[in-house]
Amino acid sequence: MTSASPLTLHAAPPDQAPAERSAFADLSQETLALTRRLFLQLARRPSTLVAGVLQPLIWLVLFGALFAKAPEGLLPDGMSYGRFLGAGVIVFTAFSAALNAGLPVMFDREFGFLNRLLVAPLRSRSSIVLASVLYITSLSLIQSLAIMVTAALLGYGWPGAAGLLLVLVTLLLLVFAVTALSLGLAFALPGHIELIAVIFVANLPLLFASTALAPISFMPTWLGWLAALNPLTFAIEPIRAAYAGSFSLQAVVLEAPYGDLTGLTCLGILAALALGLFLLIRPLLDRKLS
Amino acid sequence: MIQLDQISKAYGPVTALDGLSLRVPAGSLYGLLGPNGAGKTTALRILCTLLAPDRGGVQVAGIDALQQPRQVRERLGYVAQEVAIDKILTGREMLRLQGALYHLATPHLRQRTEDLIELLGMGGWIDRRCGTYSGGMRRRLDLASGLLHQPSVLVLDEPTVGLDIESRAVIWQVLRQLRDAGTTVLLSSHYLEEIDALADRLAILDGGRVIAEGSPSELKRALGGDRVTLRVREFSDETESARVQQVLQGCPGVRQVVVNRAQGHSLNLVVDGEAVIETLRQQLNQAQLPVFSLSQSRPSLDDVYLQATGRTLMDAELEVVGVRDPKAERKQAMR
Repeated sequence: MTSASPLTLHAAPPDQAPAERSAFADLSQETLALTRRLFLQLARRPSTLVAGVLQPLIWLVLFGALFAKAPEGLLPDGMSYGRFLGAGVIVFTAFSAALNAGLPVMFDREFGFLNRLLVAPLRSRSSIVLASVLYITSLSLIQSLAIMVTAALLGYGWPGAAGLLLVLVTLLLLVFAVTALSLGLAFALPGHIELIAVIFVANLPLLFASTALAPISFMPTWLGWLAALNPLTFAIEPIRAAYAGSFSLQAVVLEAPYGDLTGLTCLGILAALALGLFLLIRPLLDRKLS
Repeated sequence: MIQLDQISKAYGPVTALDGLSLRVPAGSLYGLLGPNGAGKTTALRILCTLLAPDRGGVQVAGIDALQQPRQVRERLGYVAQEVAIDKILTGREMLRLQGALYHLATPHLRQRTEDLIELLGMGGWIDRRCGTYSGGMRRRLDLASGLLHQPSVLVLDEPTVGLDIESRAVIWQVLRQLRDAGTTVLLSSHYLEEIDALADRLAILDGGRVIAEGSPSELKRALGGDRVTLRVREFSDETESARVQQVLQGCPGVRQVVVNRAQGHSLNLVVDGEAVIETLRQQLNQAQLPVFSLSQSRPSLDDVYLQATGRTLMDAELEVVGVRDPKAERKQAMR
């Protein structure tokens, strides 16, 4: 072993140690470093990314083919089933990705990595949550875009520039809401087995009880009600409208049993849901990270 | 430099710390010795602001750790027992992350990283994924992480458990160098030899409180008397050792006779000086007991522990081995 320079071993002089830096510089430094870690993990273990695109892709191709010969005029506005399904699968992709937001956090809790973060002088421990949100938002948007491109190649249409913006905003709101839910679960549940179980159980029923695969007019009354209350539906319908070329937020996009909803109402509900969930999990996060 | 005042902490019905007080002088290498379950880890977790005590005060470098935890975290390096590293990152990436969490500027971080790689002999491994590291290499990386921000206080929880000899030597040497350079180092261990060899001062913990405190030589000297380990057979049974105990107990100059169950029912005696040894031999001869082996030594830290608790450290370890609940312990560490 070589002998070290004195610099290596001496403690930082007390007057230099807590260098006065802006809170913003500290916050962005720690948040970016934590986000970078999540992306490094993704780059080295890309199976989550691949599976997250592959699964909806299989839905799109197989489910689309299943009803390819559905009689014309069965769906509203004479839409083909592939086109109808596209919006549902795009939303399902973002939803599934965001639902997994809590998993890395849960593993960090279980393996003690979180404790390593908590002994560090983080400017704010929100940076841990913020990094997860940044990571999962980008991941789910990337996956959704991959599905949109594939759907376009399959001839299921492309929303155009203005429509694309509407699609992204809608997905963003849904992803925020679901991420909040998943992060809350990651701190509330005892371990990753339980979290995976919840994700597994929540995933498909939420898909079926939405307008992703069929319009409300096809459903029995009780399922129609469920679908009309399902947050996924509030994301699917504005996107479906955008794909159909309607960018007016005032236009009715969903004829729910309790009344007609415009695109703006849908987005408003999603935004309220995201905000509500973040406020709901905040006390839990504060307690667990204090 | 470090001050714990009357700290109490319970996990549900289990009391981990029971009015623990500790004073670690600045610039010293301080040992926390005790069997598993004595409360060492809990004390260190409280010190590192990971855990809030139920009662009591914590000060690090003159700062109240309960009031201003962030200021304490800036000055403190913590090498935890449960090695939490991201297996998929390389050592260098781990250090870069750690540096950002301590808000180090990039050029400074780069220089520190290079220095620590050299100091800890990690050159060949730093750019490989942590998942491929041996226990020793992981622990060196942990030490590097703890030292990255040049803390004035370094806290290590059983840093050499299960390590290879070379890594242990490296860590020991670095800890000594740090102390010599002015850093306050606090480490816990259940290895007597480690504390004896390294620590300037130590506290012995048992049942969540300090039962003895001082420098190793002070503690041993205060105990006085010579230690004799005696066997009448390589492995005696309980009856035989009890009989020997009876024979020797009345002997003049013999202060104490304890049967050491962990070591084949050998007998541990405390005697006043060498002259007593001859008396012992005569007594055993008269009772027609052979002497298989007899060794004599100065008191060790184990004897300090024995004196204070009435059991050897080894026995205390064995007692809790079956009782420990790894699941409950993991839950304690989890947020």
